[in-house]
Amino acid sequence: MTIADTSAPMRRHKLGNVFPAAVGLGSLVAFFVLVELLIQIGVLNRFIIPPPSEIIESFPRVIVEEHVVARFFQTLTECLTAGVMLTVFGVAGGVLMHRFKLLQQACETWIAAMASAPIVLCYPLFLVIFGRSAWTIIMMGFVSALPPVILKTIEGISSTRKVLVNVGRSFNLTPSQQFWKILFPASLPTIFVGIRLGLIFALINVVGVEFLINFGGLGQLINEMAERYDLAGTYAAICFVILVSVLFFMAVEKVERWLTRTD
Amino acid sequence: MADTDRLIRTAERAPVIGPVTMVRLVIILAVLAIWEFLSHSGWLYRDVIPSLVNIGAALFDLLTHGEYYFNLAVTAGEVGTALVLGGSAGIIVGIALGANRFLSKAFESYLYYLGPTPKIIFFPIMIMWFGVGSGSKIALGTLSCFFPVALNVAAGMRQIDKTLIRVGRSFRATTAQMVFKIYLPAMRHPIINGVRLGLGVALIGTLLAETKLSNKGIGFLIINAYSTFDMPRMYAMLIVLFVLAIGANAGVGRLGGLDSIKRH
Repeated sequence: MTIADTSAPMRRHKLGNVFPAAVGLGSLVAFFVLVELLIQIGVLNRFIIPPPSEIIESFPRVIVEEHVVARFFQTLTECLTAGVMLTVFGVAGGVLMHRFKLLQQACETWIAAMASAPIVLCYPLFLVIFGRSAWTIIMMGFVSALPPVILKTIEGISSTRKVLVNVGRSFNLTPSQQFWKILFPASLPTIFVGIRLGLIFALINVVGVEFLINFGGLGQLINEMAERYDLAGTYAAICFVILVSVLFFMAVEKVERWLTRTD
Repeated sequence: MADTDRLIRTAERAPVIGPVTMVRLVIILAVLAIWEFLSHSGWLYRDVIPSLVNIGAALFDLLTHGEYYFNLAVTAGEVGTALVLGGSAGIIVGIALGANRFLSKAFESYLYYLGPTPKIIFFPIMIMWFGVGSGSKIALGTLSCFFPVALNVAAGMRQIDKTLIRVGRSFRATTAQMVFKIYLPAMRHPIINGVRLGLGVALIGTLLAETKLSNKGIGFLIINAYSTFDMPRMYAMLIVLFVLAIGANAGVGRLGGLDSIKRH
């Protein structure tokens, strides 16, 4: 089979993906056009749902007057600080629990249970401890996102292939060498999945707590716009946060793929 | 007879408390002792870490007053309604996306990327659309719940054994028959898993909305305790809430025969 033979199905496959994507995007645009029309003819109340054209118009105003770039970097800094803490404490916690099996058996169920608990509801408690400051937001992001990182680290180390562990043993590696040369590299892909999940949880909680305590970056922006009853501005700020979130998830996914590539 | 003797001897040798239980007890006791020490040490602001006795008293007070159960019923009603609405919509959309490759390619990426965005930011919109009462909390819970259910059901649909689908088609089953006789029974686990995740996020969405703007519900009680700096009461409410949330999550998981209560 020649290269031309293989490239033809690939081209067809790509074209097969372009049409549905165009339909998806077209449907989205059609939906916004419909909303605009319904507002213009008075079916939908413009004081509840602002016309999409007004939202688009308000974007430059919100970006310039509300210092969106500075707010974005503030949220990003809070999120990355929580991410660094997550990586250090989460991975270290997972390694520690794998090292001491009894501790793992005793605590793994608790950590899994914590992952399903609404930890973010503790934000008033963190407000009391850390005050209305960035540390409340960072610590909330950190604590809420810690369980998946610990669980994925344990899962990654525990699922290291037996043959690799045996190779290490046959070379008479010390426990430290066995960990750094065999267990840790083999478990990195799963650990990165945990860190990715942790970063996503951290971003969700950071923006959420910013909104709730009216402090910080992008979350506070939405709260302020809503309190001013600047409808178009509120919708524009929400669109901006969604855009930032989506770009953040895509970037984290790309970084994970790059770090865990096999070639 | 010899086997019976051996079993009896093994049972006699087995410790009453296993090592795992022992470690758990030690951890719990250590945490409680450190907590009590810190509460009396004066190292932290007064009442930030209240005495265990005070928390116990607040817990007793909480559980013996009807007011708490009224607010619990309000929150449970909101979360339950959100779960029914968001879960049903998620199952319908998930089946549509999972059954049709074209729809999946056209729309699933939007759901995939919108799913993990922080839903609480939509609360101002929900207030404008549904008012300041329970409606806006239910709407936020519904929105939170929809995404994990839809994505799990769509993924579950694609994992259904093709033989089952061919069997259904060879019997010339109608679309409704295919849904109720083939798709839904075969997707029990992904659906339950989606509902379990949906329950968690619906609970968080509803409670956060209650802490932001409400005059009833558990979220309101928590933020009210913060406003009046009644820390023992706040701790008591968080403890009860965590127990209920973890219990509900584990209950839904067990209902679907899921082995663990891990989130991912």
